[in-house]
Amino acid sequence: MANPKKLAFVLTLLVFFSALAAFFDYDSLWQKFSSFRPWNLGLDLAGGSYLVYDIDLSKVSVSDRSSVVTGLRDVIEKRVNLFGVSEPKVYTEKSGDQNRLVVELAGVKDTNEAIKEIGATPFLDFREVAQEEGTTTLKFTPTELNGRYVQSAQLNFDNLTRQPIVQIEFNSDGVALFEEITARNIGKPVAIFLDDSLIEMPTVREKISGGKAQISGQFTINSARQLIERFNAGALPAPIILVNQQTINSDFGKNSLDKAILAGALGTLAVIIFMLIYYRKLGVFSSVALLMYISLTLALFKILPVTMTLAGIAGFILSIGMAVDANILVFERTKEEIKRGLSLTAAIEEGFRRAWTSIRDSNISTMITAAVLYYFTSGFVKGFALTLFLGVVMSMFSAITITRTMLRVFLKNKPLTIKKQ
Amino acid sequence: MIDLIGKKNIFLGFSGVIVILSIILISVFGLRSGIDLKGGTQWEFAFKSNQNILESQVNDALKKVNPSADATIKKTDANTFLIRLGEVSEETHQAYLTALKNIDEVAEKNFSNIGPTIGGELRRKAFWAIGFVMLAISIYIGFAFRKVSEPVKSWKYGLITLITLFHDVIIPAGLLAFLGFSQNIEIDTNFIVALLVVMGFSVHDTIVVFDRIRENLLLRRGKKIDLKEVVNASVNETIARSINTSLTLVLVLLALIILGPSSLFYFILTILVGTIFGTYSSIFVASPLLYLWGKSAK
Repeated sequence: MANPKKLAFVLTLLVFFSALAAFFDYDSLWQKFSSFRPWNLGLDLAGGSYLVYDIDLSKVSVSDRSSVVTGLRDVIEKRVNLFGVSEPKVYTEKSGDQNRLVVELAGVKDTNEAIKEIGATPFLDFREVAQEEGTTTLKFTPTELNGRYVQSAQLNFDNLTRQPIVQIEFNSDGVALFEEITARNIGKPVAIFLDDSLIEMPTVREKISGGKAQISGQFTINSARQLIERFNAGALPAPIILVNQQTINSDFGKNSLDKAILAGALGTLAVIIFMLIYYRKLGVFSSVALLMYISLTLALFKILPVTMTLAGIAGFILSIGMAVDANILVFERTKEEIKRGLSLTAAIEEGFRRAWTSIRDSNISTMITAAVLYYFTSGFVKGFALTLFLGVVMSMFSAITITRTMLRVFLKNKPLTIKKQ
Repeated sequence: MIDLIGKKNIFLGFSGVIVILSIILISVFGLRSGIDLKGGTQWEFAFKSNQNILESQVNDALKKVNPSADATIKKTDANTFLIRLGEVSEETHQAYLTALKNIDEVAEKNFSNIGPTIGGELRRKAFWAIGFVMLAISIYIGFAFRKVSEPVKSWKYGLITLITLFHDVIIPAGLLAFLGFSQNIEIDTNFIVALLVVMGFSVHDTIVVFDRIRENLLLRRGKKIDLKEVVNASVNETIARSINTSLTLVLVLLALIILGPSSLFYFILTILVGTIFGTYSSIFVASPLLYLWGKSAK
């Protein structure tokens, strides 16, 4: 057993860090001193929109897919940033063969507008034109050249008609493709499609190698500007389809959060009262350890940071109910050892040693569950799995290390007998 | 002292009846899938007006936009409505909203529209997750008890854990099937998460009892083992802690169910029911099964 001075020092350190953590957790106080790491609330609590898009990669060659998906995410991120949402989250997910794009917009009031804006990101592509024999029907064959090769766009005016035109410039890959296509189609029309509708069909006069193209559809100055703005934010390298939309009102979220916190606080109180009534003096130590557990775990969530969703908070509150389990196992074992005639301190040491196997096995089972949940699910449930997992790990630390250190420090030199129960 | 093994038929019989009842409830009523598992739209909004707005008014407004709109409309609170619809495009959503604004000023609380592919995918994943957790925990228990092989083989501990996990999960599922029938309660992702959590927790108590049986068997190594006496003693030695560890969890669950946000009600209820039956099964099902199996193996 470690010497008493060292134990007291470790305990002081633990208490100090727990107090610091509590201060850090209590955001309205903490924010007065530092803006470092405010709580990161999920959409269901902060309010906002959660949008999931399917990415249509059917026209993209397999080798290009991952770069297209990354490019798409960057484009949407730029686009989302345009309408000034605080910390929007844009990320991609893969589910089976289907690639998805997830957009989380916290605190957006007008989701409809946001959806329109995201969907409005233009999908531009060039198609070759052929006339079907004996008819006047035109057949369009998509080429590889599309919006993902656009480097920039600017507004210009036609010299003769003074009509606004959109001038686009391709990147190096786009230049090569454009050259190839124009070379192949001299004297023939090439169709320019925007969001799957035909914008114009200029006839190629010569091979164009500069990598610049003009679109001179029937633009007004405003519509041309809008298109240019969108091109400069980036054209979509692949079409996307909205498949899942969830919007939560922020008052509704705040209300849920308040209720969950109240329930958590009273649940904790109930656990503490139970521990004090049933285990008396030992219960005091486990209650202090429980409060330290809450403070330290919340600080861990905040600093990582873990996005706190309603499910995540529920997971954490459940872990409060479990955190004292290890204490109960140890204390019950300690009682047995005392009955068997051991002194209090020896019984406690023996209690920790003997209860360890069941504490280990049961916590590992919960960790297995949390890990499976994390792996199999997405979005809100992932938050729950993560808080549950971290909660269990931290609770083992608090119930074993913290409680044992306290017991060793405070019960060391007490008389060696207590009432046998 | 409870003579657990002597009265095992009563305890096992009680569980058996409830499990069979749950299976009947599930197969007769089925589990109603929520929109996140089958796709569709859930929409909650509140009118700001003081005057009483009727469900039929809302229905008329929706029908004006789309005559074939097949909406389930439920008034949940003062002028708050919860609506379920099939899949709805964003344009239709906005058209509906405009129609509602014609009745009175309205605020959307939340709107979820989930495509059928995502729903199907979630459901598939959920089944896998449940199966996988059951298997992983059972294998772990089999492994953790590898040192005891007499008189009961360690893999049997794992298999009995699997049976009790099934027991603890099927009962809340039966309850939800009944609630689905009587009150139109739907199961959603949260329900599946709750079942997984129940499995993670209920195994705790089973481990506590098994751990004591393991210890007592190791103590008697080399001597003649009376399995009945060992199991009975182990259960009685650990019953207080099994109940206490569950009780602390039940306390926070009660706090959550009474004071917590209403959206978590059925999630917590599932865990609460699962925890209570989980505690029962670890004391009154797992140990008798272990005894029966150990005895017959001789």
